[in-house]
Amino acid sequence: MASVGRSVPRKEGRDKVTGRALYVDDLAFPGMLHGRTVRSTIPRGEILGLRLDFDRTGFTVADWHDVPGRNTVALIELDQPCLAEREIRHFAEPILLLAHQDREKLIEAERSTAIDYRSLDPIYDPARSPLCFKEISIDKGDLARGFAEADIVVEGEYSTGHQEQLYIETNGVIAVPENGGVTVYGSLQCPYYVHRALRVLLDLPDEKVRVVQTETGGGFGGKEEYPSMIAGHAALLALKSGRPVKLVYDRVEDMVATTKRHPAVIRHSTGVKRDGRLTAIEIDVLMDGGAYMTLSPVVLSRGVIHATGPYRCENVKVHGRVVMTNTPPNGAFRGFGAPQTQFAAEVHMERIAEALGMDAVRLREANAFRPGDTTATGQKLGKDCSAVKVLREAVKRSDFRAKRRAWRGTNRGIGLSLFFHGSGFTGGGEVKLASKASLELTETGARILVASTEIGQGTRTMHAQIVADSLGIPYENVEVEAADTAKVPDSGPTVASRTCMVVGRILERCAAEIRQKLGKMSPREYLAAHGPLVVTKEYAGPDGLYWDDDSYRGDAYGAYGWACDVVEVNRDPVTFEIRPTRVTTVQEIGKAIHPILASGQIEGGTAQGIGYALLEEVAMRDGRMDNAQLTNYLVPTTLDTPEIDVTILENPYEHGPYGAKGVGEMPIDGPAPAVVNAIRSLGFDVRSIPATPERIMESSTFQVPSSKS
Amino acid sequence: MRFTLNGKARDVRAAPMKRLLDVLREECGLTGTKEGCGEGECGACTVIVDGLPVNSCLVPFAQARGSVVTTIEGLKGRHPLQDAFVVEGGAQCGICTPGMILAAAALPRNASLEEIRTGLAGNICRCTGYMAIYRAVKKASARPPARRRR
Repeated sequence: MASVGRSVPRKEGRDKVTGRALYVDDLAFPGMLHGRTVRSTIPRGEILGLRLDFDRTGFTVADWHDVPGRNTVALIELDQPCLAEREIRHFAEPILLLAHQDREKLIEAERSTAIDYRSLDPIYDPARSPLCFKEISIDKGDLARGFAEADIVVEGEYSTGHQEQLYIETNGVIAVPENGGVTVYGSLQCPYYVHRALRVLLDLPDEKVRVVQTETGGGFGGKEEYPSMIAGHAALLALKSGRPVKLVYDRVEDMVATTKRHPAVIRHSTGVKRDGRLTAIEIDVLMDGGAYMTLSPVVLSRGVIHATGPYRCENVKVHGRVVMTNTPPNGAFRGFGAPQTQFAAEVHMERIAEALGMDAVRLREANAFRPGDTTATGQKLGKDCSAVKVLREAVKRSDFRAKRRAWRGTNRGIGLSLFFHGSGFTGGGEVKLASKASLELTETGARILVASTEIGQGTRTMHAQIVADSLGIPYENVEVEAADTAKVPDSGPTVASRTCMVVGRILERCAAEIRQKLGKMSPREYLAAHGPLVVTKEYAGPDGLYWDDDSYRGDAYGAYGWACDVVEVNRDPVTFEIRPTRVTTVQEIGKAIHPILASGQIEGGTAQGIGYALLEEVAMRDGRMDNAQLTNYLVPTTLDTPEIDVTILENPYEHGPYGAKGVGEMPIDGPAPAVVNAIRSLGFDVRSIPATPERIMESSTFQVPSSKS
Repeated sequence: MRFTLNGKARDVRAAPMKRLLDVLREECGLTGTKEGCGEGECGACTVIVDGLPVNSCLVPFAQARGSVVTTIEGLKGRHPLQDAFVVEGGAQCGICTPGMILAAAALPRNASLEEIRTGLAGNICRCTGYMAIYRAVKKASARPPARRRR
């Protein structure tokens, strides 16, 4: 029986419900030491000296002098040291590494370590930053003409805060010195990112570095680039001590030191006709990158490309910058720039509707992308463009209009957001990655060989379904190899909603070739006759996909998912607390390979988006996260998470496996603007998130216009 | 110090102030109990002590003396919740799952949605948005009692 479209049992499901699944902290090696990181306690300055006031017996101590290769965390730009040498750019910057068999002794030793600094004035305001990591401009049409055609111009500034990924398993690795090199086991999304970073740091050839993903307790982007840093630290200690070293952060360290979502300030100026047609869109995006570049240029890129929201307009200018501040570096987080810019776009859209006295649905429907329309980068949308469809379905399912009318003047509010999300790497990214996937014939079926990681989203299961159906064999007969760089090819990072659509497609092509080779033979017969068979394929983009990175014109993504959220809220009239009571979400994702996994992505991403909208506030004081614990960094619990009603629509993408597009990130783009628009329906002019009771209380109130629909 | 672990009498030597979480993981080799925050907020380390779910990161080992402790390993893979979590997608990354299942196992039979929400309010899941967990708990409690008793 075909498995695609059916919710087959998750490959590692039994292991996860019985406690057998092994996460990095569950592993131990003979002679293993524990590691600890001594970090800067100032946001900016210079290290003058280190004082280690403890008995060094049994300790391994490493600093930047112990780096055999380049002292950097190799990623886009080699600007971030693995261990600070002299300059300190942010609080909690790693300076010194300690290892010891006894964890208690490590903590005492850390307390007995003093660092002398010369402090410099930190920069926290992105608008005053002296260093721009990346600047991008998107230009379409004639902006001046567009504004000249407009009846009114609506302006607004919107802001979003940091957000912590808050995977429940903190970052952690174990480095084992072996074979003249090092093997790193870890909780991570991208084995080959870590592999490259270790080669550069340790000056080792390919084959002397091995990276093995252990079962990973959540990532959400937080284990995209950061594991390269922690793996480097553990490896340095392991090579110096000659023993395995486990480095697992506690929650406070994880929150203080690792990456977060980029805060952003976004300004919109929009020309619009009385009938609601958009004639000009001008957007300025400023993101706070933190102290080092990490992935900031790519986050900005996705952010600016999605900044208009899913709306057509002939005259568009989007200008974006991401800059340095003296705060811990920001990095990948589900959505990757798009939640920030689409928050602004959708709250602004609501304000345009208010300014026109127009129905919020009708305004969106009039401007939503249709097949054949072009995006800000000039990409012509194909027939899988479903913006209008998801909008209509969500409005109908939620009974949006009737509720909005009925709840006027009460403490109940309802708001919506229409959004989209590009699947795969941006622009020419997939071509540059040139991902490879392999499929190996086994006696009973096939074994998948990819570096794409299972981090909760269901990679192993979904890939096995695609392969099973493509080979015409049962799902149970497909095995999945561990994501181990000694065994699997580089299928690219597990990010950017690409694991199903892009890597799944390569596997589908591998399976097609194996099926053709098998002919009428069974796998067993084939192996007996011809010996082992492994088929490897490389990414091959659809013909005609075009991108120019200099002009930022062309096809930004192979495909887009489309979605609409409707959020219903109650406001406590005394405390101003907003309680979301129901989310209706309709998401068009091409094809749900596994409906339960796909719904799980949508429900989970929606809950994270609700947290982003209302609860999750990083209190950054003097460059340091002041609420780095779960007691006061609040993420949604069962009591904070409303009922989420999910509808999946399928409008197949012809180059995705079985029509599938990406699904992982899109769900987090929509909840924040829908929540804020629901709050706006109560008459509070909120333009920044999280919309805490304090922010709502301080916001100005306005008379919600009664709209003509 | 003596206590009952997963149905068997155990005598474990460990410092009295060592966290029960660490004793279970390090002294008893039961790594199914997870640490998420170390401050009793996330519930990943939930185990059942004398019939009640507790955060094992907050319990000094001395307090477990003479107690009956059940960890995820103690369910032996046969509890209806375990199947239901697989089938309904209640486990994604799986790190909160052992604690979540144990907290759910302590719920009253045929709990209402509101009782489930309240009973699991001390267990944070960052992956699922909880909907699939509710479906799993409902499904498990809908099982015929004969199979539940195994």
